[in-house]
Amino acid sequence: MAGRSSALTWTLAAVVVAAGVIPILIPSMATLVVLILAKGIVVLGIIILLQAGQVSFGHAMFFAAGAYTAGFWGKYLGVGDLVVYLVVGTVFATILGLLVGLFVVRYREIFFGMLNLAFSMVLWSLLEKMFHLTNGADGMRVPRPTVFGMAFSPENFQYVLLYLTLTIAIVATFVVQRFLESPTGNMLRAIKSNETRLEYLGVSARRILLIGYVISAALGGIGGVLVAVAQQIATPEFAYWTKSGEFVFIAILGGVGNAMGAFAGSAVFELVRFYASAQLANSWQLILGVVLIAIILFAPNGLIGLWKRQRAARDES
Amino acid sequence: MTAIVLLEARGLAIRFGGVVAADGVDLDVLEGEKLAIIGPNGAGKTTFLNIATGYLKPQAGTVKFLGKEITAHRPRDITRFGIARAFQIPQLFLDHTVIENLLIAAAGHSGRTTLMRSLHDLPERSEMESLLDLVSIRDVADRKAGELPEGKRKLVDIAVALALKPRLLLMDEPTSGVASSEKFAIMDILVAALEKQRVTSVFVEHDMDMVTRYADRVAVWSAGKIQISGPPAEVLADPVVREQVIGI
Ligand SMILES: Nc1ncnc2c1ncn2[C@@H]1O[C@H](COP(=O)(O)OP(=O)(O)OP(=O)(O)O)[C@@H](O)[C@H]1O
Ligand SMILES: [Mg+2]
Repeated sequence: MAGRSSALTWTLAAVVVAAGVIPILIPSMATLVVLILAKGIVVLGIIILLQAGQVSFGHAMFFAAGAYTAGFWGKYLGVGDLVVYLVVGTVFATILGLLVGLFVVRYREIFFGMLNLAFSMVLWSLLEKMFHLTNGADGMRVPRPTVFGMAFSPENFQYVLLYLTLTIAIVATFVVQRFLESPTGNMLRAIKSNETRLEYLGVSARRILLIGYVISAALGGIGGVLVAVAQQIATPEFAYWTKSGEFVFIAILGGVGNAMGAFAGSAVFELVRFYASAQLANSWQLILGVVLIAIILFAPNGLIGLWKRQRAARDES
Repeated sequence: MTAIVLLEARGLAIRFGGVVAADGVDLDVLEGEKLAIIGPNGAGKTTFLNIATGYLKPQAGTVKFLGKEITAHRPRDITRFGIARAFQIPQLFLDHTVIENLLIAAAGHSGRTTLMRSLHDLPERSEMESLLDLVSIRDVADRKAGELPEGKRKLVDIAVALALKPRLLLMDEPTSGVASSEKFAIMDILVAALEKQRVTSVFVEHDMDMVTRYADRVAVWSAGKIQISGPPAEVLADPVVREQVIGI
């Protein structure tokens, strides 16, 4: 047991060091690593909902809420500070999560998934159609913000963004893991296995799901701010259903039993997209599709599950 | 000294299509008693527990708990009022271990839904372990509930209900599926514990030995009505009950 957890600690440390060091050696990787980590943060939220057996096909709405916070700030208030974006974006996504959540937590499974989709499509069309406010399909530019009041050159900024994102990702992973082990986190899993019994314990399953939903919305908002800042733009695509699908895809790819799966899935997804789209133009989706089929067929617990299984086999021999 | 009426059902009626499960049921549960409900298969005994806990709404009639009408309330509220239920088919969190099932119940009961403390570190842990001792399943504390045989799962289900520290415990065939060699030993301890904690209990039962041994009073549920109720020795000696319910 001790050997197992120290192995996990070392692997985690190695991953964190790799994420922090590789971009120094290969500067072109910095933005890619930010995207991997930022999307991983969003996927943590998907994983929370999956504990309760619920799949949201509309989580991109919270991602977009974070991204457009930065966009609106840039357009209407001028260049802001990344920390302020993060705080305001998270608050905004949290409030949106609470409002939408109050409604969707009454539903389960396909209805839950589709209702989320519907809400996200409303947001998407608002962002598209309210051209005078949002610049429509062109999206909103996100000028490079200051960080803690300090302005940075583009070269330095990408590293500042990287290390800030890495820090947030570590904290978020830790917090989510703790949450999942808490009584509330366990009740979330109990919704999946026996909602009737949960109610017979005097617990409101809706309230538990709402707590999980709001946390996952907040994570979506954080990821949205970071991606918009890294890509210097927020577009309606951020709220589109394919983006929501991407997050669910990454969660299943990485494995939903563990917070680390979010980042494993996100890394594989972005790397395949990055390299395969360079080589194969538009057929990178094909490669990802094949990868996902292979995962579902041969490693239903995702990449993290595969890794654990291999370790278990090694420990036995 | 007249005993307090804990649960009071009046004129309950419910039918499912052509099946009449209750048709004017009046039944009182007195504080401190152990009431057995017997009756043929499909008579409506489980339906009564469903109504008493708010899972089903009766088409007519009312249920009061401590004088307060609870007929329109949900299971969650009724649980909070002090009625816990153990199910005919165990209702557990199958992906969780046995001790986790109890800890979740304890957290539900205390309302301790803190976000940052581990479920395993709850202060109720040792109390939950003694509950497992009570129903003789401490040895499977760390096994997944879904891996256990039916008999053990029934005992976990009872322990989960006890974790809620109810005032009234409703049990639906508590030891069906439990090996008959263990049945009485477990019931002896369970009943003693219920008495000590002054928990009133209702148990639906098919096994007449259990009824004779543990019930203070037995009610016969048949054809949508309570046909007769009284001390087990008296009721079980009734020729009609012997013929129609016990089948001898
Ligand atoms: N929700 C429901 N919908 C339709 N029919 C139901 C429902 N609940 C119970 N019934 C029917 O009502 C009748 C009474 O069922 P109930 O489960 O209460 O019987 P029981 O006395 O508990 O029987 P057993 O001793 O076999 O457990 C049965 O015929 C059953 O099929
Ligand atoms: Mg029954």
